[in-house]
Formats: sequence, C-alpha cells, structure tokens
Amino acid sequence: MHMGVKPLRSVCLFIVPVVVVALLATFGCNKQDATTSADIPIGHFASLTGDTATFGVSANEGILLAQDEINAKGGVLGKKVRVITQDDRSQPDEAKTVVNKLITQDHVVALLGEIASSRSIAAAPVAQDAQVPMLSPGSTNPKVTQIGDYIFRACFIDPFQAKVMAEFAMDNLKLKRFAILYPANSDYGVGFKDYFKQAVTKAGGEIVAELGYTEKSDVDFRGQLTKIKAANPDAIFVSGYYTEAGLIAEQARELGITVPLLGGDGWDSDQTLKIGKDAVNGCYFTNHYSPDQDSPQVKAFVAAYEQRYKNQDGTPKVPDAMAILGYDAMRLLCDAVQRAGSTDGPKIRDALAATKDFPGAAGAITIDKDRNAQKPIVVIKIEDGKFKFVTSINP
Amino acid sequence: MQEFLQQLINGLSVGSIYALIAVGYTMVYGVLQLINFAHGDVFMVGAMVALYAATGRVPPSMPWWLHGLIVGGLGAWFLIAWLVAGRSPQRCLRTILPLAAMYLLSVPLLWGVYRLWRPSSLPAWMQSSFTMLTPAFLRPWVPPLFVLLVSLAACGALGFIIERLAYRPLRNRPRINSLITAIGISLLLEYGGQNPLVFGATPQAFPAEMVPGIHESLFKVYGITVSRVDAMVLATTLLLMLVLSWIVLKTRTGLALRAVSFRFDTASLMGVDVDRVIGFTFVLGSTLAAAAGFLYAEKYPEVQPLMGLFPGIKAFVAAVFGGIGNIAGAVVGALVLGMVEVLVVGYLPNGSQYKEAVAFVILIAILLVKPSGLFGKHVIEKV
Repeated sequence: MHMGVKPLRSVCLFIVPVVVVALLATFGCNKQDATTSADIPIGHFASLTGDTATFGVSANEGILLAQDEINAKGGVLGKKVRVITQDDRSQPDEAKTVVNKLITQDHVVALLGEIASSRSIAAAPVAQDAQVPMLSPGSTNPKVTQIGDYIFRACFIDPFQAKVMAEFAMDNLKLKRFAILYPANSDYGVGFKDYFKQAVTKAGGEIVAELGYTEKSDVDFRGQLTKIKAANPDAIFVSGYYTEAGLIAEQARELGITVPLLGGDGWDSDQTLKIGKDAVNGCYFTNHYSPDQDSPQVKAFVAAYEQRYKNQDGTPKVPDAMAILGYDAMRLLCDAVQRAGSTDGPKIRDALAATKDFPGAAGAITIDKDRNAQKPIVVIKIEDGKFKFVTSINP
Repeated sequence: MQEFLQQLINGLSVGSIYALIAVGYTMVYGVLQLINFAHGDVFMVGAMVALYAATGRVPPSMPWWLHGLIVGGLGAWFLIAWLVAGRSPQRCLRTILPLAAMYLLSVPLLWGVYRLWRPSSLPAWMQSSFTMLTPAFLRPWVPPLFVLLVSLAACGALGFIIERLAYRPLRNRPRINSLITAIGISLLLEYGGQNPLVFGATPQAFPAEMVPGIHESLFKVYGITVSRVDAMVLATTLLLMLVLSWIVLKTRTGLALRAVSFRFDTASLMGVDVDRVIGFTFVLGSTLAAAAGFLYAEKYPEVQPLMGLFPGIKAFVAAVFGGIGNIAGAVVGALVLGMVEVLVVGYLPNGSQYKEAVAFVILIAILLVKPSGLFGKHVIEKV
C-alpha cells in the first residue's frame, strides 16, 4: 500500500458498493412470490456435472421435455410451469445448499431430484422442514422416503430390485455362488448389497466373498478381485455406479475372471460401455426401462426425446432410464398439482400420496403408503457393446 | 500362495504408478525444498491433454488471434523489459527464448496430432512415405507416441509457466508463502479444470486401446497374470529413474542442479544460473508428471479433473517415506506403499476402508524411527 490512499479507505471504497448491491439484490428477489407470479416454479436439483453427471443431465432433459409438453397443453391450473434446475456437482453437501436456495430464493412450489440416494438423503430434510413436497425421480434406497411425509419417489426401491436380480440370476442363469463388490461409502451401494445378500440367501444361494471399495477415490480393484477370483464364484455382483463398473469389469478380465458381472440401475449410462468396452459384454443389470421395450408409451417417449436431443456427432440421443424417470416424475408432479387444485405444500403432498395407476411412460405408477412407487422393472444384458432388453417383471 | 503372489504383483503395479509421480515430487523438493502440491494436478493435465490429443479434439491449428496474442505478448514483453525496465537485450531474449521455442514447437505438434488421427487428411506423399519408412509392427505405435509427446510438451510448458509466474516471484520470501501458493495452484487447476469450458467435471473415458494390446496379459505363470500395462509402467519408472540419475550425476546441468540444491546462494555466487536450473527442474518434473498421467490413464481409462488429488497425496507420502529429495528412495517408498495398500485390501476384513490409514500408520512409525525417511540424510547425492 504505497499508493497514497489509506488502506482502510480503499477497503471501504470497495466494500460499500458491494454491500449496497448485495442488499438491493436480496430485497429485489424477495418481492417475487409464487402466488403472484404468472407461472408455477418447480425446482430440480441434479448432478449436471461431476462423477454421475449423465444421471443429472438425462433426468433434466426428460423433465424439460415434459415441461414443454405440459405447457403446450395449457399448463397446470391455468398457468405455465417453469422448471428451475440447479447443479449439485454430484456432491451431497452441494445438493443441500442448492435445495435451500431453490426454496428460499426461487420459492419453488415443489422439488424434483435427485437420482443418487446419498444426495436425496442429504437434501430431503431441508424440503421436509420447509414443507415443500419433494419427488425423487430415481433414488432407490428405502431411507429416502423415510425422512418425512413430504418426500416421495417415482421409482421402485432397492429391495425389489435386489430380489429381481437374485431370482433372475438363480432361476434363469442357473447361478448359485455369488461374490459381492460394493461401494462402502454410498447409501445406495451398501443398501442394495444388503438386500441382494438377503434375497440370495433366502432363495438358497451362497455368498462366497464380500468386499468393499471407496467410491470416487478408488480406481484399482485388483486387490479385491484377486480375492474374489480365489473364491471362484459363478458371478460378481457390483452394487455401485457406472463410474466404477466399467473399470471393475476391465480389471476382472485382466486377472482372468470370465464370469458375468451383475448390477443395478446405477449402471445405466453409456459410460459403462465406453469405459468397460469388451469387458462388460455378457453382464446383466436391472433397470427402470429399456428403449427396446415393446410398449406404445415407451415408443412415443423415445421418438419425442430423440427428436429433441442429439449426441455431439448429431445422431439422435437414445434416452436412458434416468431420462424417462425424469419425464415421468415431472408429469406425475404436475398431475398432482392439478389434482390438488392449489400450489400449497400440504395439498400437493396429499395429492401425490393419493396417486393411483398414473399412466407413466415407463409403466403405471401407484404411490404406496410408504410414499414409494410400485412399478415394473426390466432386466438388461450387455451384448456387443449395446444394452439389450431381456425381460420385464411386474411388482 | 498363488493368490498371495498375485497380490504382490498387484501391489507392484499400484506402487509403480505412485513411484512415477513421486519421482517428480522428490526432484523439485531436492532442488527448492518446496513441496510442489500442484504436481498431482500437472499429472492430471497430462492425462487430460493426452485424452484431447488422442480423441482428435485438438484443433487442427491455433486460431489467428491466438498467434497474434502470443507473438504480440512476447514482443511487448521484450520491448517493455528493454526500453522501460532498462534490462539488457540479451537478458530479455534469454527470458523469452524458452517461451518462443515452446510456441514454435506447438505448431507442428498440433498439426501432427490432428492429422495422425485422420490419416486420410495427410498429404499423399506423407502417407506413402510414412508407410514406406515405418515397418509394419511399429506403425500402430506412432499415434500413441505422438499423443505422449504432445502431453509431455504441454505439461513441460505448464510447469515452466507455473514456476515463472507463481514460484519465482516468491523465491526470496519465507518458504511458507511458496507452500501456500503451491496449494493455490493445485486448487486452481482442480477447480478451474472442472469448468465446462476447460475440461468439465464429468469423468471421461480414455481411449486406452490406442496402445496395441494394452490390457492383454504379458504372461501367465502358475496362474499369476502380469498385464502389459503393468510391465510398461514399471519399465518406464525404472528407465526414468536411470535417466534422472544420469542427468543429475553425469551432466553439467546436473552438477549445477546439485550445487543449487546444496547451497542456493553460494551456487549463484559461483556463476550458476539459478533461474535456469530451477526452470529446468520444473520442466523436467512436469514432463515426468505428464508421462505418469498418460500411463495412469492407460491403466485406469477414466479421466477427470480431480484424478490427481489422491495419487498426488499418495506419491507425496511415498516420497517422504523414502526420504524426500532422494530419487531411489521415492521409488522404493512408492512400491512399499502400493504393496501395503493391496495387502491390506486383500487380507484384512473390510480392508478397503482403512487401507490409507494403515499405510499412514506405517509411515508415521518409520518416521519416528528414522525421521529423514528410509534413505534420507546420509545419502550425499541429493537431487
């Protein structure tokens, strides 16, 4: 500070305008209110970037598609709906922060999100305290909706998913001995693993090895896989997300493990194929839907989505499960607001809880007493670097 | 027994990656007594640049305004330093020359990488002479080698720029200033890299298959598999260790390096160009990080801006473990660390959750007995 201006004064010169602008901005925002605005704001918090970025991006694309369809048909309660999407960078803390912002600053009437259970669990208490209904499109861990009576989901839960995979592997693939590799720091991964273990044991199968890894930091699984190889299982169940599934498959093949890998909806991303390449061929996972499914609703959705969204190279983008979950969740939520006849939190909550046989694109949705959706599930096989539909099972 | 041997091989394979990064850490520390926390992130940039080069996402050439900016910037710097700051023209030129060389090198590199990935876009005479001059078994290796070269060049330049802009102005200040700056640079690269305009935060698949047969096994003996990539990493580490030892012990630059490392100010009084030696150290360290980044991405074909964080910390630990400042010590430390981690995962229940904890407990135990690390202190040839 040799510029002739006293330090204190120069600091004041800088701080005062900043404070004034900040105050103006805050009060300016507060004037906007849901009841007076011309549209209905709906918040969506999603992982647009980060480890599981394809989840958030796909869900958001599905939600925006639904938003435009609903607005084209006249909107909800005579007003247009407007989705405000916030990125949580695939981090639970960040999810909590952006949900706070959506509720206090954007005054959303309801929330959509998240796909990953850890982030839904982090953000749900904020929504519950503010009495803003939250509908998760794709979090499958049972704990999510146990947080409170304002928290719902538009998908099946992990015990169902685990049971279907266990029965499919034992009855259809005739496998008996399973090894498990799970992310020990993920709510989804640990829960899914436990339910799978229960389902296998109940059906007379055997768990020969059970090893953990650390999600988001581990990239080397050879230590675990060598152990698994020595146990000589019929299949390896990986309860994590696509980020690790591809690497695990590759390293398993390198160590000479040829048995199939099994997984859940966390695998659903084309990154599984890009990272796993040949190594994931012959593997199976359970999912919310498949674009090859023979159903008119699925076909209509796929056509609308492919027309709107393109890959980087200009080819139509095939919607993954998170896209259709986002699409269905948005439509279900708007349907509930319409049925509630109001944008009041408690009324939307009651309307959501009363949902019965809502015609979702991925199958009819009924919300049960635990605020979970009862929905059909599909099994997918990876073949020649592509996801192939195997079978669909009703709850 | 078979399983145990396989686990040892796995440990060796993890450790050799740590070793590759640790060598760069320990070298910079040896010269500057600076823990260059940005090293792990230069490693990340190396992998990222390799990804962009290998997927042909580099532009065929720089846009004209970038040429103008670089040439104009260098010219302006020269003029200001000469006319305004009153430095001698020779001294100004010496500062500019490395930057100008990097710029001139980048033009053919960008062009080459872009065309090599689309061989049909090469002029006909180049295609035919390429086919004639390179024997068939070498041909598939040309693109990956070129990708590696681009990554080395980019990280060398990055290292030089970091040293010039961030560390050199602070060199005569208390050491803690440089340390905090290093952490700042590290965070800048990690979080700046997550910006969608730079790399984006999303993990991306790395085209590891550009190196022929990378994930096939090299040999199988007695049920134990050694994959090619592991062999490649270990061989590169050992090779780099030898090359580095040669540079440090047998060349004039190495002599200057040791002099600077021994007594900074005395070396400068004896006519050693300290700036040049330190710049050289950073370029060398950063190219090592780039090589490590490339091999790491070959081995774990998924890259993202935070990928340097954990390997960087582990490599730092390995360097301290082996006696920081000592190259062979860093390699041994890294191999031991890798082994310990894999064995903890393999043989303790729920090992994956505390493999780091066990590794660090061993580190603390060793430092309690030998505060300077396994090979520290009594080795005279510090780098």
